[in-house]
Amino acid sequence: MATPFRKILKTKDFVVTAEAAPVKGSNVSKAIEHIELLKDKVDGLNVTDNQSSVMRYPSLGVCLLVKEHGGEPVLQVTCRDRNRLAIQADLLFAYSRGVDNVLCLTGDSIDVGDHKEAKQVFDLDSVQLIHLIHTLNSGQDMAGNELDGNIDFCIGTTATPSADPLEPQLIKVEKKLAAGVEFIQTQAVYELDELKRFVEFVRKMDDKVKILGGIVPVIGAKMAAYMNDNVPGVFIPQHLIDELAQTPKGTGVAKGIEIAARMIRQMREEKICDGVHIMFIGREEKVPDILEAAGLL
Amino acid sequence: MNNCIVAFCCEHSAYPAADLAGKLKLHYPENLRIIRVPCAGRVDLIHILKAFEKGAAAVMVMGCEGGACHHMTGNTRTKERVKYCNLLLREIEADGRLVAMFNLSPNAPHKFVGAVNEITKRIKESGR
Amino acid sequence: MIIAERKPMDEIKRMLAPYKKVLVAGCGTCVTVCWAGGEKEVAILASQLRLARSAEHNEISIFEASVERQCEREMVAEIKDKVTEVEAVISLACGAGVQTMSEMFEDKPVFPGVNTTFIGMPEKEGLWVEMCGACGDCFLDRTGGICPIVRCAKGLLNGPCGGTRKGGKCEIDPDKDCAWVLIYRRLEKQGRLDLMRNYYAPKNYRAVKRPGRIQAAKA
Repeated sequence: MATPFRKILKTKDFVVTAEAAPVKGSNVSKAIEHIELLKDKVDGLNVTDNQSSVMRYPSLGVCLLVKEHGGEPVLQVTCRDRNRLAIQADLLFAYSRGVDNVLCLTGDSIDVGDHKEAKQVFDLDSVQLIHLIHTLNSGQDMAGNELDGNIDFCIGTTATPSADPLEPQLIKVEKKLAAGVEFIQTQAVYELDELKRFVEFVRKMDDKVKILGGIVPVIGAKMAAYMNDNVPGVFIPQHLIDELAQTPKGTGVAKGIEIAARMIRQMREEKICDGVHIMFIGREEKVPDILEAAGLL
Repeated sequence: MNNCIVAFCCEHSAYPAADLAGKLKLHYPENLRIIRVPCAGRVDLIHILKAFEKGAAAVMVMGCEGGACHHMTGNTRTKERVKYCNLLLREIEADGRLVAMFNLSPNAPHKFVGAVNEITKRIKESGR
Repeated sequence: MIIAERKPMDEIKRMLAPYKKVLVAGCGTCVTVCWAGGEKEVAILASQLRLARSAEHNEISIFEASVERQCEREMVAEIKDKVTEVEAVISLACGAGVQTMSEMFEDKPVFPGVNTTFIGMPEKEGLWVEMCGACGDCFLDRTGGICPIVRCAKGLLNGPCGGTRKGGKCEIDPDKDCAWVLIYRRLEKQGRLDLMRNYYAPKNYRAVKRPGRIQAAKA
């Protein structure tokens, strides 16, 4: 049995989570492979919810697989695809099946995904979603009706420490903290000074919330440029792009792992944040290499 | 009107240029129909479209050179209109190149004839 | 005002293909100002249709008429005679105009010649931007007069999403501003940033029960 994520957050010095992206289709063997590979190496497996607005196997489905295989799942919930009825219903189902960690996100816009003509929902925003889960935890639904059965979700959310301008983002973080979250998982960071400043800001308001720095390894200068242009909220600095550009052909992945591990070590050694969240999308099998290089295995 | 070329000529530039071309006995196609306008800016989209409706093979709008418009910006405004008219024609699968704007000075009869020859060439190319 | 843009020519031609006598009906209000369906656009579309059909050797006879507001029965009634003479109408008014027209002339097909897109204002010549979503529960007092319901791509009420681009542009389009960055700057200028720090509960999206219907108090 995996240790409950809330307990990990309270007791562990440096928390490690990794992202597990659901498969496209009904064949879940690849997802199970990744779960088996990672479940004992990380403290939580964070499952994306139609990531980048691309339709996939549901987050909740993979969370149940994580559970079945003895891992600790974190359910991502975005506001894009479900209204308040659907979100609440899904959360009831999740809790009843032991999926009790939720990461609240706004969700990318429909326009960046693969079903560009869909109707986007955003009935709630991420701050309202956090409030909603507290309401469920208190035994009621949003309409004030009593719920049968106990609910106690561990609630997390995201933030973008490198946004420009940063101030409006920080106001939103303030509202999320005021709503009450137990952990914050940041968007990919590439400048640790930005992360440091962000943590200082959060600490002024809340000294209990755990902050996991987001790591998305980049494996080439081209990919970095693409991400800067196309991935919302990601800003890769020029010096990293230059470092990647000088990498000999065929060693991009190794370089990406090296940079990621270097950053994780620094986060941990300098106590910049309380943990790391690794998103190596499409290369989940390489996550152990990062952990090993960062001295976390 | 069938298969003629309609040329809206500004009276400060293209019209005197055409006059001069006549005096110099320069050759230009006989199916040209000149309409004298006080400024190229007077020519509206609907004037151009109506010319086509009446059977014109091509429409020319001829006005002053760049900054020389007697009404400040009539020529540049109409240039935009002509560009839009290209689009309106392409929308109905007609040859957008058959409407064109030309800028010339009043003492440029050869340029006037050159423009008419150019549009005649385009008519031939479009197969009308 | 209501912003619309003309439908693609192919779509219009397809709708009108079975008819030989058609009225192109314009509207003198919103769609005139946004260059989509005023008298001028009526003349241009009529001319284009005549040229297109004549090139196909399938002549069409077109009437042109515009009224001050196609969304008012009394004004639409003014062109009743012309409608009687044609087989079909293509309306260049917004959706409200098209429907008023088709309700008044129930025996005639009335086709939409424009796509009604949003409630907005002219940003500069030839460029219109969306301003209002007609949600029925105006939020502008809390956001410095900038509507996050429609000017934020996700309609968020509690601040920007994490996708804001460098310089405060929108995740989905670098040409569009992040509404929440605009709101932040406006409220900062007014010394009212506390408004942005307030938590706003989920919106009542049923403030107007659709279809909307409002009875004036003293009618």
